[in-house]
Amino acid sequence: MSSLRRRKPINESSDSKHKAEEEDEDHDDVDADGDDDVNGKNKKTPSKIKKKRGEKPPKQPKWSCMDTCCWFIGCICITWWLLLFLYNAMPASFPQYVTEAITGPLPDPPGVKLKKEGLEAKHPVVFVPGIVTGGLELWQGRECAEGLFRKRLWGGTFGEVYKRPLCWVEHMSLDNETGLDPCGIRVRPVSGLVAADYFAPGYFVWAVLIANLARIGYEDKTMYMAAYDWRLSFQNTEVRDQTLSRIKSNIELLVATNGGRKVVVIPHSMGVLYFLHFMKWVEAPAPMGGGGGPDWCSKHIKAVVNIGGPFLGVPKAIAGLFSAEAKDIAVARALAPGFLDNDIFQFQTLQHVMRMSRTWDSTMSMIPRGGNTIWGGLDWSPEEGNSCAKKREKKNETQIADQAGSENAVCKAKSANYGRIISFGKDVAEAPSSDIERIDFRGAIKGHSAANTTCRDVWTEYHDMGFAGIKAVAEYKTYTADSLVDLLHFVAPKMMARGTAHFSYGVADNLDDPKYKHYKYWSNPLETRLPNAPDMEIYSLYGVGLPTERAYVYKLSPHAECSIPFKIDTSADDEDTCLRDGVYSVDGDETVPVLSAGFMCAKGWRGKTRFNPSGIRTYIREYNHLPPANLLEGRGTLSGAHVDIMGNFALIEDVIRIAAGASGEELGGDQVYSKIFNWSENINLQLDEEIPVHSSS
Amino acid sequence: MNKPLSFYRSYFLSKTMSFLRRRNSTDSSKTRIADPNIEKDGADDDDKKKDQYKIPQRRNSGSKKWSCWDNCCWFIGFICSIWWFCLFLYNTMPDSVPQFVTMAITGPLPDPPGVKLRKEGLTANHPVVLVPGVVTGGLELWEGRHCAEGLLGKRLWGGSFGEFYKRPLCWLEHISLDNDTGFDPPGIRVRPVTGLVAADYFATGYFVWAVVIANLAHIGYEEKSLYMAAYDWRLSFQNTEIRDQSLTRIKSNIELLVATHGGKKVVVLPHSMGVQYFLHFMKWVETPAPRGGGGGPDWCAKHIKAIMNIGAPFLGSPKSIALHFSIEVRDIAALRAQAPGLLDKDVLGLQTFKHLMRMFRTWDATFSMIPKGGETIWGGLDWSPETETVNNSAKKGTDNSTRNTGGNGNICDTKGVNYGRLISFSKDWAETHSSKIERVDFKHVAKGDKLTNSSNCDIWLEYHEMGNRAIKAVADHKVYTAGSILDLLHYVAPKLMARGASHFSYGIADDLDDPKYDQYKYWSNPLETKLPNAPDMEIYSLYGVGLPTERGYIYKVAPPSDCSIPFQIDTSVDGDSEDSCLRGGVFSGDGDETVPIISTGFMCAKGWRGKTRFNPSGIRTYNREYKHAPPANLLEGRGTQSGSHVDLLGNFALIEDVLRVAAGATGEDIGGDRVYSDIFKWSERINIKL
Repeated sequence: MSSLRRRKPINESSDSKHKAEEEDEDHDDVDADGDDDVNGKNKKTPSKIKKKRGEKPPKQPKWSCMDTCCWFIGCICITWWLLLFLYNAMPASFPQYVTEAITGPLPDPPGVKLKKEGLEAKHPVVFVPGIVTGGLELWQGRECAEGLFRKRLWGGTFGEVYKRPLCWVEHMSLDNETGLDPCGIRVRPVSGLVAADYFAPGYFVWAVLIANLARIGYEDKTMYMAAYDWRLSFQNTEVRDQTLSRIKSNIELLVATNGGRKVVVIPHSMGVLYFLHFMKWVEAPAPMGGGGGPDWCSKHIKAVVNIGGPFLGVPKAIAGLFSAEAKDIAVARALAPGFLDNDIFQFQTLQHVMRMSRTWDSTMSMIPRGGNTIWGGLDWSPEEGNSCAKKREKKNETQIADQAGSENAVCKAKSANYGRIISFGKDVAEAPSSDIERIDFRGAIKGHSAANTTCRDVWTEYHDMGFAGIKAVAEYKTYTADSLVDLLHFVAPKMMARGTAHFSYGVADNLDDPKYKHYKYWSNPLETRLPNAPDMEIYSLYGVGLPTERAYVYKLSPHAECSIPFKIDTSADDEDTCLRDGVYSVDGDETVPVLSAGFMCAKGWRGKTRFNPSGIRTYIREYNHLPPANLLEGRGTLSGAHVDIMGNFALIEDVIRIAAGASGEELGGDQVYSKIFNWSENINLQLDEEIPVHSSS
Repeated sequence: MNKPLSFYRSYFLSKTMSFLRRRNSTDSSKTRIADPNIEKDGADDDDKKKDQYKIPQRRNSGSKKWSCWDNCCWFIGFICSIWWFCLFLYNTMPDSVPQFVTMAITGPLPDPPGVKLRKEGLTANHPVVLVPGVVTGGLELWEGRHCAEGLLGKRLWGGSFGEFYKRPLCWLEHISLDNDTGFDPPGIRVRPVTGLVAADYFATGYFVWAVVIANLAHIGYEEKSLYMAAYDWRLSFQNTEIRDQSLTRIKSNIELLVATHGGKKVVVLPHSMGVQYFLHFMKWVETPAPRGGGGGPDWCAKHIKAIMNIGAPFLGSPKSIALHFSIEVRDIAALRAQAPGLLDKDVLGLQTFKHLMRMFRTWDATFSMIPKGGETIWGGLDWSPETETVNNSAKKGTDNSTRNTGGNGNICDTKGVNYGRLISFSKDWAETHSSKIERVDFKHVAKGDKLTNSSNCDIWLEYHEMGNRAIKAVADHKVYTAGSILDLLHYVAPKLMARGASHFSYGIADDLDDPKYDQYKYWSNPLETKLPNAPDMEIYSLYGVGLPTERGYIYKVAPPSDCSIPFQIDTSVDGDSEDSCLRGGVFSGDGDETVPIISTGFMCAKGWRGKTRFNPSGIRTYNREYKHAPPANLLEGRGTQSGSHVDLLGNFALIEDVLRVAAGATGEDIGGDRVYSDIFKWSERINIKL
């Protein structure tokens, strides 16, 4: 109303006639008030007030609520349209000017900068997207999905998730037994560069990298997005969609149409494992593999530039599979306890999500590999002595800078036991191993199932367990990487049966063992050899400087009717050991710990090892995380986070240089901020082929 | 001006009043409870009385008090609210409601062919390759000038065309090719979109391949068994290979499709210009390596099961002549006739037409559509395959009435029409017998003196180099047949045709073994190449009939103006009778609105039928025609029985044929030829050595 009042005088001044009319109206009003006075006393009070106020426009009572609403909406709409018009009429470079005015001149995007240096498109580029980031579209669906033909179910706007969530869950889930689509449903990966350039509108994945490559001359014919259905196990993508054959054929085409120049492969996240699988598949003989011959990789691949590669898995996957939680969900639950747990909306959201994600075989590729050898045992871990003081230092800057030394010492004295990936209770996580009494769960009978099993329609396998089983799990108290696999086998036998048919998590004793010819070992770098391609280069590019989930403190959830009986204990906090909300974190890119991303290139494959018999050169390039300086920068050009790193200018520059022909040495070799080399030293892994313990015996 | 608004407002107000009144009374009752001093007696009566007084007052005074500005706001707000409400209802509506409505109006809809055939038990069998035609494929920007900033990776062609409206000149600059090379200008890279999205929809809601793809999906096809052979349709065919390696790409993808489907050969579906592109591809792929794809002489036999050409301009289309000559087609000419000032005068200073012409002329691919085969195919001065010879004209005149009423497929009255004269200057010359026409040769007329004031025309056209004398000479030649049209174009636009002639040829081969026919410029002309040696292959020609299709034009010399194109279709010319084929300066024949039947049907009806010199291995050919029936009502959209050039891709009968062949049927299984027009009779009249 106040705005109205202000507007009125303007109108009046602009139009004196109008003013005269209004004065007339005022008289009318006075008359009307007079009538009211005659009719009833109760109306007197407002009219008196009106007279007292004097200035107040008498129109007010004449505006009904509806009118005001309409008027208000109209105003908003007009303003909105005006702004929209201005926005559209604005030159495209305007936001840039604003940003520059605020933050000073922006650096050229790496593509522009390198173009000025004279770099040109040289090697064709193959992108291998990771889990979750690739789009999926519907080709055949049930009744409820009518009208969604060739629409994206995953990626894009996710509009359908909100409209028909259950239908969506039904279509996104795979069959429990086969790990393929349920019958009557066909959901297929989107192909082409659009498959993973943007995950959702405005949320780039590959788009920035593609745009920068285009600046130095790349185009559709020299770039290829190796899109695959990331829900399937790797070998099943070939069985169902012939995706591996497709990638092979397209790489051959790229090499052929670019004058024999080898490709630079850029896998991201799970794509790293997928491409490891591909390299083994393509050289394996025909029925199981691609039959490309033993020198296919050396003929076709110049470099594999892994971005944020979870070579050895991620602890996050454990939490995901065990209780469908990650740090964010656990925190949300802690903040609003009723919201997720009580099925207020009858949605059983978490259980549905869990059921869905458990049908995706590919999630099992992310379970930590290498067992205790890599991830640490009950009383040691490679990251031993890691201090979170470093991060605090950064936060509080100079204030505590002088104290940092002493704090470091404290941290070292009371270091977290990262090796215990799951502990039941904070005290268990911290106690020395000798004090922990563990009762083996493996023999425990699952027996009588939980009381109220009417919730059977949500398939999580937990309702098969019963109280005894749940109790047995909790009484084992702490789990290391080795026993975790057993735990998952115990908790979800059907799922893991499917998983172990496609993935393996061990360390090979003897790589010549014929059993390693099976495809389930192909994506595990600790159970396969790299191809025989001495000219190839392998890079590991990843972000550091962000707290990354590494171990969890769990608790039994209070009432275990239909809900998942285990939960992250968000109440567990410990400043000194980086324990926050029940999660121990280490350095990494928020998803993959440095150990998993860096170890293979830092040690496992460095030089000639038994995993890398031809001595492929490996390089580690780390990118220290810096948050965006201001909101205008969006997700930042210096980010080190798992996905946002795809927009990191330094990383893009490295990638472009490699694609334009530079070798690892020309790039500057390793670039390391973390203690990955120290930590790798702590890992005691046999790398020498020359100590054939088994063959001699 | 407030009156109508305030009227509506008071109308709605009166509707809401009852609701308000109720609220008022509750309000007052509340105050009563809150304030015990107020008398209770007669309060209700007071309220009623007050309302009686107040309502009319409120209406009157309210309408006066509202300023214009408020009324506008109110009105817009009201509209918006209603709109949002409707939108909300629309979104909550189950998806099947429109279908119910349609069914209620038109009766139960037929199942789409995919659903119908799935019930019959058909499943995906042979992988399918789609070859889009000219114009329908999307193009996106990979590198641009300054004005195109922010458009990287966006579609310049296809999609929403949003940029076209925002910055038209920038758009023209980017979508045009270089005049000399026929490639992108330096600093600009516009590339074809790849994947099925390249040509499933041309613009939002305007399907091209989407319906075919959806129906294929019903019987089990998916992305891995479908391939869209997208190419840059602006380039000449061989240049797509030079710049983008498009042909290599198609070869590799077809090989991949065959390999991943257990050796099942592909079914190729080219549409429109894609037909010629695929002819070119078949010759290219079997030619040895430096010039061709090096697939060996049996590549086609090994990889292709069938080619189902849809709306195929095998022998070109007369429409392209009008486009090249004066960038007009029937619709534009008619529009110009109705609103003469709009297009001709550069009211907006845009010179739209000339810009379009300049752009269009840089696209080499358009030359592929110029009629091929000369007078042998398209008819000479006094005969054409579609009409009886002049000797019979008297007899035919008597037949005419019965023929038309009998509905024997003739789209219009062909009496006295000389289809062979593709361009005539004035109606008289179009109708007079050839012996009475005095033609003056134009080829040697020097172009000499330029048009006055040609300095203003910054637009690149070769017309401004011609001069008045040359224009007169062109008009004095009076009548042009398919043979002399080429000379005309060479004369009018020598540079342009020089580029075109290096990539395309329009003749008929005398001796196909002549080594000159190894050159790639002949590969897309079915009259100058042999089909591959693949006796198991099948070639279909699927096309629509029953729509008037441009076949010949009557031109006039435009009133001299500075920069405009000196020739125009003479839209004032109409035929003598109601149903004459001549209307608005355009002679129409039967066809699919773009390509006349003679072009789509002749090769499969005669040129390749059986073992001929063009088809040495005796590949079986089938003609499948689809009679046009307009959509019954608006709800059907573009119709399921359409026969027009692009809408044909939504024709259920055609899709059913395609699905059956893709699922493994042969031409015999689907019923061999299916013909409504006189194509076989017409083909007989064409005298060509086979």
